[in-house]
Amino acid sequence: MDLDRLSQQLIERFQHGMPLCAEPYREMAQVLGCYEADVMACLQRLELAGALSRIGPVFEHTRAGASTLAALAVPLERLEQVARRVSQYPEVNHNYAREHHYNLWFVLTGPHREHLQQILDELEKDTGLTPLDLPMLTAYRIDLGFSLGVHP
Amino acid sequence: MITPLSHEQMLDLRQCLESGLPIVARPYDDLAERIGAHHDQVLQQMQQWHDQGLFRRVGLVLNHRALGYVANAMLVLDVPDALVDEVGQRLGRAPGVNLCYQRPRRLPQWRYNLFCMVHGRERSAVEAQIQALLDQHMLSDLPYQLLFSTRAFKQCGGRFAPPPSQVWAHG
Repeated sequence: MDLDRLSQQLIERFQHGMPLCAEPYREMAQVLGCYEADVMACLQRLELAGALSRIGPVFEHTRAGASTLAALAVPLERLEQVARRVSQYPEVNHNYAREHHYNLWFVLTGPHREHLQQILDELEKDTGLTPLDLPMLTAYRIDLGFSLGVHP
Repeated sequence: MITPLSHEQMLDLRQCLESGLPIVARPYDDLAERIGAHHDQVLQQMQQWHDQGLFRRVGLVLNHRALGYVANAMLVLDVPDALVDEVGQRLGRAPGVNLCYQRPRRLPQWRYNLFCMVHGRERSAVEAQIQALLDQHMLSDLPYQLLFSTRAFKQCGGRFAPPPSQVWAHG
């Protein structure tokens, strides 16, 4: 989608941090020198266009519970079906097809490790495919934001 | 002095936050109402979690695909264990690298222990960018693979909260 100037400013300015107060959109508007109603309308547009997933905290995996990156090597004719099965879990937040022998990659998050193990075991039993289980050992960079100014 | 939230309310609040703040003038009032609390209590709890490092960040969470960043590559490298911290720190600082994690090998199926995400608008540009990155850091000789995503089946925030409590059921 093409972004108007206010959308760009909002994204650049507030993807890494936004005010933690009773009226955050008013404060964001003050920072950008516009009206609160403009900020809210703009966020609604971004959300409707699918560009804004949500507003608020991104939980720190290691502090907020357990997570892992898992992968399955799915026969191509079953990819759609297995992907749907995987996505059904509310514990799955990202689920992507990738070009590789391991062609389905997903992130599992849950309150603790045993919970994730249970899901991995269930998936293995249901699909007959053994997941790769690759929990994070060290984070060297965790920032999920990106710059709109750079077009590599 | 503001009364702290009950344990149950904390769990409910965490669950509410996983789907994000509503776009209304006073979003925390809305959350407070949903968990049967006052907005001051919710904000106090938010500040506390923030101070305790439970949040990686609080802000706008974007969907890079919808913004035109459709070329999404996962670069995986097999780095000798003794070097992985040093290489990880260098790649983690490199411009264009959004995520850089060390993960375990699973031999014989999976040999790669360093993962980087690079997003861009075009595949060829992302390929060139990664090649330049590897050359610049003299890593081209290491075994590596580039896994481009071809489809997003699901993309949303993490769900860490335990299953809903009874408060949520009539919330």
